[in-house]
Amino acid sequence: MKVLTVCGLGQGTSLILKMNVEQALADKGISAEVEHTDVSTASTMEADYIITSNELAEGLVGHRAKVFIVNNYFDMEEINKAIDENVVS
Amino acid sequence: MVDLLMNDVLGTPAILVGLFALIGLLAQRKNIADVVSGTLKTIMGFVILDAGANVIVLSLGQFSNMFNEAFSVDGVIPNNEAIVAVAQQSFGTETAMIMLFGMVVNIILARVTPYKYIFLTGHHTMFMACMIGVILTTGGITGITLIVVGSIILGSLMVLSPAMLQPFTRKITGSDDFAIGHFGSFGYFISALIGRFVGKNSASTEELKVPKSLGFLRDTSVSVSLTMVILFFVVALFAGPAFIESELSEGQHFLVFAFLQGLTFAAGVYIILAGVRMLLGEIVPAFKGVADKFVPHAKPALDAPAIFPFAGNAVIIGFLFSFMAGLISMFLLPVFGLKVIVPGLVPHFFTGAAAGVFGNATGGRRGAIIGSMSNGLIISFLPALLLPVLGTIGFEGTTFGDADFGVVGIVLGNLINVIPSTVLFIIITFVILIILYMIGWKAMKKVEKEDAA
Repeated sequence: MKVLTVCGLGQGTSLILKMNVEQALADKGISAEVEHTDVSTASTMEADYIITSNELAEGLVGHRAKVFIVNNYFDMEEINKAIDENVVS
Repeated sequence: MVDLLMNDVLGTPAILVGLFALIGLLAQRKNIADVVSGTLKTIMGFVILDAGANVIVLSLGQFSNMFNEAFSVDGVIPNNEAIVAVAQQSFGTETAMIMLFGMVVNIILARVTPYKYIFLTGHHTMFMACMIGVILTTGGITGITLIVVGSIILGSLMVLSPAMLQPFTRKITGSDDFAIGHFGSFGYFISALIGRFVGKNSASTEELKVPKSLGFLRDTSVSVSLTMVILFFVVALFAGPAFIESELSEGQHFLVFAFLQGLTFAAGVYIILAGVRMLLGEIVPAFKGVADKFVPHAKPALDAPAIFPFAGNAVIIGFLFSFMAGLISMFLLPVFGLKVIVPGLVPHFFTGAAAGVFGNATGGRRGAIIGSMSNGLIISFLPALLLPVLGTIGFEGTTFGDADFGVVGIVLGNLINVIPSTVLFIIITFVILIILYMIGWKAMKKVEKEDAA
């Protein structure tokens, strides 16, 4: 499974989100490759899931991956909930 | 053999950062596949950075030529990615060493002092390491002294900057879970103070209805392209077709030329960002892993957009007013005899937005507007004042954009020029840092008392 975490610059917050998502997926026993990037790059990349914020999700409409939203990239509870609701393992 | 090790291996920044990543990955006991791919990607990230620098330098050169022809003054585009990528070609080893040991100093400080912050915004750590390296080298400090002094300064900034904002960050997020680790903090700090001063009874920005249509600017490659194309068009129109077509474009229509040069700049930034992403993709998680082990109750200091979700309207308002102040400054700077700093959408978007959020937290709408405008002035005037102390790197037509680079660079650069003795410079720098620690510590105690009461 391939997951992209996305923020505006693809440097700071998306990397934090990537580390947290990796942690959350590992805790659930789901094996996945997680990469962090910016919106433009994400829109041309293959992936199964894309996790991003509300504003940036609009730029990824129509992507083949399932796009879902986490607003606070540091809130493990929100991340876990979003993964439970959206990821089919 | 020693020569090979010292010059060709450790003296090649790409290999040096690769070694850091390798050690980090081994320390985390990753499997062999992860170790190999992580190390290679880190080295490749550095090589990509270098390639991006070459693209950007070409486009910057054309911009400077046109700007000079059009207005008879030098115009500078502040862009952290561009200047760092350019500086890596001569200061790569210094940057890598100061960055690594700066992270070590950060962990030690978080362990032994009340400053529990771990600065996780890796690209800013790298940019600051680079600037400190350039300024100290220009001032004549080299070798081990450079690395020791540089990393103590960097490590200190990595805890002082989040600490300075923490009372306001806590107000925004309503918790003490994370801090803001971003070297635009000085602008946010001023914005928050101004907000407190002007914002009596001003309602929050979040009660307004603001169109969300500016959200697309958060996509960096779109906003960089857009800014650069507009800038190149404006400058090309002033420089005139005759000059451009005869001197620069080899006959290509001047507007087509301007359009492509704008996009070349944007492409250079895009390449550099991809390089930085690969370069730091392994180092930052390793840093966090080490910090988690050695620092109990560590508080992560995160990139500025971490606070954006807490005040969506202040983000847009902050960007608009910061950018407006940037445009006004463009005309004010030459009046003061300074180089013209061309405002970019990206620095104004990220730091203007954050300044808006901080200003709103202390002073509502009025705080957000006046606070982010002062941020806009700060990130126009500081980069201009910073240029003279950057040595040869200051002549490339670009400079550091965010506020803390300006404050730190101007203070360090001028101190080193004024004080003839290196030892005295180092002592004074450390005294300043200690004073800052004391101020911060006092403020923390005050907050604790208030919390207890």
